[in-house]
Amino acid sequence: MRWREFGGIAFAILLCAWTGGASAQSPYGIGRSASPAEIAGWNIDIGRDGSNLPEGRGTVSRGGEVFAQQCASCHGDKGEGGLGDRLVGGQGTIGTARPIRTVGSYWPYATTLFDYIRRAMPQNAPQSLSNDDVYAVSAYILSLNGLLGADATLDAKSLAAIKMPNREKFVGDARPDVK
Amino acid sequence: MTKARTTDGIDATTRRRFLKSGGAALSAVVFGAGTAATAAGTDNLPPDIPEWMKAPGEPMGSQPYGAPSPFEKNVVKNISKNLKQYISASSRTPLQELDGIITPNGLFYERHHGGVPTIDPAQHRLMLHGLVERPLIFTMDDLRRFPSQSRIHFLECSGNPGYTKPYGKTASDLVGLVSCAEWTGVSLKLVLEEAGLRPEAKWVVAEGADAAALTRSIPIEKCLEDAMLVYSQNGERLRPQQGYPLRLFLPGFEGNMSVKWLRRLHVTSEPTYSREETSKYTDLLPDGTAREFSFYIEAKSIITRPSGGQRLDAPGFHEITGIAWSGHGRIARVEVSVDDGKSWQSAQLQEPVLTRALTRFRFPWRWDGKAAVIQSRAIDETGYVQPTLDQLLAVRGENYFYHNDAIWPWRIADSGEVTNALA
Repeated sequence: MRWREFGGIAFAILLCAWTGGASAQSPYGIGRSASPAEIAGWNIDIGRDGSNLPEGRGTVSRGGEVFAQQCASCHGDKGEGGLGDRLVGGQGTIGTARPIRTVGSYWPYATTLFDYIRRAMPQNAPQSLSNDDVYAVSAYILSLNGLLGADATLDAKSLAAIKMPNREKFVGDARPDVK
Repeated sequence: MTKARTTDGIDATTRRRFLKSGGAALSAVVFGAGTAATAAGTDNLPPDIPEWMKAPGEPMGSQPYGAPSPFEKNVVKNISKNLKQYISASSRTPLQELDGIITPNGLFYERHHGGVPTIDPAQHRLMLHGLVERPLIFTMDDLRRFPSQSRIHFLECSGNPGYTKPYGKTASDLVGLVSCAEWTGVSLKLVLEEAGLRPEAKWVVAEGADAAALTRSIPIEKCLEDAMLVYSQNGERLRPQQGYPLRLFLPGFEGNMSVKWLRRLHVTSEPTYSREETSKYTDLLPDGTAREFSFYIEAKSIITRPSGGQRLDAPGFHEITGIAWSGHGRIARVEVSVDDGKSWQSAQLQEPVLTRALTRFRFPWRWDGKAAVIQSRAIDETGYVQPTLDQLLAVRGENYFYHNDAIWPWRIADSGEVTNALA
């Protein structure tokens, strides 16, 4: 029994020695360890299930204010498009000869909206909005598309719960499709 | 002329030094040679002695970084003048002006989603994290310590061209979002092994350090097959427009996945479903379904000479030449038709024929001076045959937008004028 314990401890020590240094197992020993804080600061990827969505929340009405200040000059007052993409409407047109691709009609996941706005919008000052305001603008755009009530508040849980109308319409790559 | 000189790299200091040391005669040669020759008409032709032999040319060092002849000043990137904005936009390679298979770095096509960042390489880092044993951060010096490799591959934007009219006039208008270069960097596989992949690692999400923080998910199979982290292009460090100081490179995959200004690789179990792989770069079919994760560029070719916007001076011998490429491997054969598709003959392929690279083809032809339609079609090593636009439209419809690899025939009028036969 005592020998087994001792053996277990010795094995654990050996294991630590083996995996402890970042370079111990690295074939070339190039690079340095990334700390959890460094990763947290840079990793802004949001999963389609809402994983990695930050704390915070925003209302549709606050989103309307932010949208008017930060987004409307390119996307139109009601997301009808302009210099930037149209964001609103088009539901029911995707399978027609004149599809109108918007957040509401085409995007498969609402979580992508938060991810994209935070990383890339507004185009002249990306990553400048607070997480609360990103939730708020996302809420406003979803509301304009009839996917969220006018009085709603959006946070990580409620954003991940939204099912986009076009979600089931994406299929795999079937090429070569011309024989 | 003055403008061309400025962009050719003769700065004010050089100019002053020149005028001071060289005197009026020399400066006249350097700055006025082009206009003098043009104005002189036939004075430089036999039996006369050309102007540029009668005085020394530009001294060494007048162009610290070389530039093309001022007589080639019109060979530039093809940039539409009517875009709504130029931050998320593209420029095209002037394919019809180029020879061989290597695109000069200054003429390589561009597609940016948030402008071109100016990145200090000393302050650039690549973070590798997620489903790895050891999350790592690399400097550019670190990455250059890995064993390096150089490979020649094409890069092509997936929307090259669209499916709807108006179709372009020139080869560049049509498929100028393709270029080819020798890329130098490190195998992504080596870098991933440095961090140690966990068994559940199935995708790698790549992110750029641009204002779009552009993000695409790459299947792990591709990352371990032939993906590269690239720091040099055609022998020199990447241009800012091509991702300086570091880009991902995925041979044969649609261009935007080769993320430029690469700063982060996030190893995951599933795609991130970023905006650029859901809202954009998905292919809408007539029934309302859309293909996602459609990565490969299929076999494709185009005749670049004679091509739209050019003119055959006279009947007689004209070499037909162009480029072919496939994201699935090597080009096996290129066929050319000079009779509006009634018959096809094999073109010569310039060696070396490289996998997932542009391949130059040539076909000797005698034009009889009558109206004709010429076209090429590529067959790659998988046996895939480049289709017609009608074949593609029949399956995909007009709203598919991406991955149009159709044959583009050119119409030659009896005047010798060459135009897009489908326009």
